[in-house]
Amino acid sequence: MKLLYFAWVRQKIGRGEEDLALPAGVKTVSDLVAHLCARGGGYAEAFADVKRVRAAVNQDHVGFDAIVRDDDEVAFFPPVTGG
Amino acid sequence: MSTIRIQREDFDVSAETEALTKSRHDIGAVAAFAGLVRGDGGLTAMTLEHYPGMTEREIARHVAEAETRWPLFGVTIIHRIGRLLPGERIVLVAVASSHRAAAFEACQFLMDYLKTSAPFWKQEERGNAREWVEARTSDDKAAERWRRE
Repeated sequence: MKLLYFAWVRQKIGRGEEDLALPAGVKTVSDLVAHLCARGGGYAEAFADVKRVRAAVNQDHVGFDAIVRDDDEVAFFPPVTGG
Repeated sequence: MSTIRIQREDFDVSAETEALTKSRHDIGAVAAFAGLVRGDGGLTAMTLEHYPGMTEREIARHVAEAETRWPLFGVTIIHRIGRLLPGERIVLVAVASSHRAAAFEACQFLMDYLKTSAPFWKQEERGNAREWVEARTSDDKAAERWRRE
């Protein structure tokens, strides 16, 4: 899958995107967040207060209970502030 | 007919509204909203980041919804990205219809959803300090009122 990070989530993680083979046991966005958090460092920092992070799967806003698959594009970002 | 553009360059409000109504005689109302960078609180600049692809998709989805709710003849939405200075234009939402109520309401609907669902993020600069703008619950409430049961 392709992972994308924006705004302060990108800054804390230290990169805007990366590829990841779907890890064993990861079924939902929430599982994916737990997997990334376990890497520690900037990942743990970005997801420290998970209520402040939003997710999109294949460019649609989703809740953390959404299913993720290996060929998905999954993005993490703060609540949007455009306009 | 709708136009959605995400760009670094500035836009010309009158040229855009002109383009919406050109060679048509059924349009009785154009509502155009332009958002500008406010330079209060010592703000020196603002940088806008977006999620290419999803941004256009989210906006198009809401334009399509607006078209089902109001009789619209045209919509133009332009949102700038990159570093902007106080007084610069950030966003344009222009809507054409036969009557004013539809134009006003659709314009407001689109702007409310643009603020709460299109993936843009603002970072403010005050001198050397940089800070990401926090989302506001008042913006969520503004979008909420359009939700149908």
